[in-house]
Amino acid sequence: MCIGSLAVAALMGLGGIAAERRSFAASAQEKPASTAEVKIDNFSFGPTAITVAVGTSVTWTNRDDIPHTVVSTEKVFKSKVLDTDEKFSFTFTKPGEYPYFCSIHPKMTGKVIVQ
Amino acid sequence: MASDMKGHNGKAGETNDEILHDHNRDGVDRRGFLKCMAWAGTGAFCVMQGGVLKSYSMSRIAEMNPDEMKGELSFVQISDSHMGFNKAANPDVAATLKAAVDKINALSTPPEFLLHTGDVSHLSKPEEFDGVAEILKGASAKDVFYVPGEHDVLNDDGKEYLERFGKGAQAGGWYSFEKKGVHFVGMVNVMNLKAGGLGTLGNEQLEWLEKDVKHLKSSTPIVVFAHIPLWTVYPDWGWGTADSAQALGYLKKFGSVTVLNGHIHQTMQKVEGNVTFHTACSTAFPQPKPGEAPSPGPMKVPAEQLRSVLGITDVNYVRGQHALAVVDSTLA
Repeated sequence: MCIGSLAVAALMGLGGIAAERRSFAASAQEKPASTAEVKIDNFSFGPTAITVAVGTSVTWTNRDDIPHTVVSTEKVFKSKVLDTDEKFSFTFTKPGEYPYFCSIHPKMTGKVIVQ
Repeated sequence: MASDMKGHNGKAGETNDEILHDHNRDGVDRRGFLKCMAWAGTGAFCVMQGGVLKSYSMSRIAEMNPDEMKGELSFVQISDSHMGFNKAANPDVAATLKAAVDKINALSTPPEFLLHTGDVSHLSKPEEFDGVAEILKGASAKDVFYVPGEHDVLNDDGKEYLERFGKGAQAGGWYSFEKKGVHFVGMVNVMNLKAGGLGTLGNEQLEWLEKDVKHLKSSTPIVVFAHIPLWTVYPDWGWGTADSAQALGYLKKFGSVTVLNGHIHQTMQKVEGNVTFHTACSTAFPQPKPGEAPSPGPMKVPAEQLRSVLGITDVNYVRGQHALAVVDSTLA
C-alpha cells in the first residue's frame, strides 16, 4: 500500500517536471537558460576554454585598449569589432566544441565546449 | 602562457640594443646576419658602404656631415597613426601625427614622397581615414603611398580603405611603382588571417610578386613595404608573416632589398644577406619590447616622454651603395 502510493507520487512528480521543461524550452527563445562570461584582457580570452550547458548565452567583454573580435573558426558566430568595454553574446543551442579566435589578432584563440 | 613568455624574454634580452658588425663582403647568400636593433626612442642611422654596415646612434647624427645623408632619392616612412585611438597611451593621436608632419617638413633634404605602412585608422571608420589624409596634406611631400594594417580592414574586407587608398592597385590592394630607378612594392599581409596564425600574403599576391619583379635587372634596388613585419620578430605576439620566406625568395637575385614594416610600434632592424629589414615607430603610441609585457597592447609612458617614443623614418637612396640609409627620428 505504502509502496503503491509512493510510485504514484513519483509518476506525478515526473509528469510535473516534463511539463515544466516544455514551458522552459518555449521561453528559451527569448531568455537563455543560463549565462557565462569570457573576458578579453591583455590579448587573451579568459577563460581560454569554457564549458557550458546547452542553451547558455556566453558574453565576451573586451577590456583591452585595442579592438578585438570573436569569430568562430567554423563560421558559427562572428562578432562585429569590439572596441574597449564593448560586448558580444551568443547562445549555444547545440552540444559540441566551438573553437574561436580574434580575426584581428589571430594568435588569440579560445574554445566554448557545450554539453 | 606567462612561463612561455618568460622563456622568450631571455631571448629578446640577448639581442636588445645589440649592434653587430659583419665585415664580410660576400653578399647575397651569407648565412650569418647582422643586427642593428634600435629600440623605441633611441633610433639609429645605418648606412651600407661597400658591404659594410655602419651604424650611429641618433645622438651622434648632429656631428655628421649632412652631405653623407644626400642621395638620388629620399622619402619618409610613417606608420601606425591609429586615428580614432583616444585611450591613456595617447589621447590625441591627431596632434602627434601633426608633429610628425612638422618633423618631415623640417628635414634638410625634403622627401619626394611618403610611405604609410598601415594602421592609418584605429577602427576603419571613414572619418579616421579622412582625418589622416587631411593632416598629411600639410606635408611638403604630396604623394603618399599606403598599405593597410589590420585596423584598416576591420569591416567589409577593407572596402573603406580600398576606396580611398587602393586606386590603381591590384584588387587586393597591393601594387608596385618606380621612382628614380628604385622599384617599390606595397604588399598586403593583414587579410584573411587564420586562427592561431601570423600575417599572410596569400598565393594570389605571391604569384603577382613573382611576375612583378621577374623582368627587373638584378642591380635594381628593391623596397618592399607592408604592415606586419616580413621577418619573424616575435611569433607569440603574431609579429611575423607566415609566407614571407616565399616572397623574399623571389627577391634573391637582387643585390639590394630593403623591407619596411610597421605594426610593432618600435624601431628594429636586421640585415640578412642582401636584405635589410626595418620597422618604424608609430606616430600614435609605443608598444612593449617583445615578451617584456603580458601583451603587445599600448604602452603608457609619462606624457612628457610620449613624443620621444614616437617617430618617423627618413630613407635615403644613394646610387652605388648596397643598401638604403635609414634614419629614425623621434617626435620629441
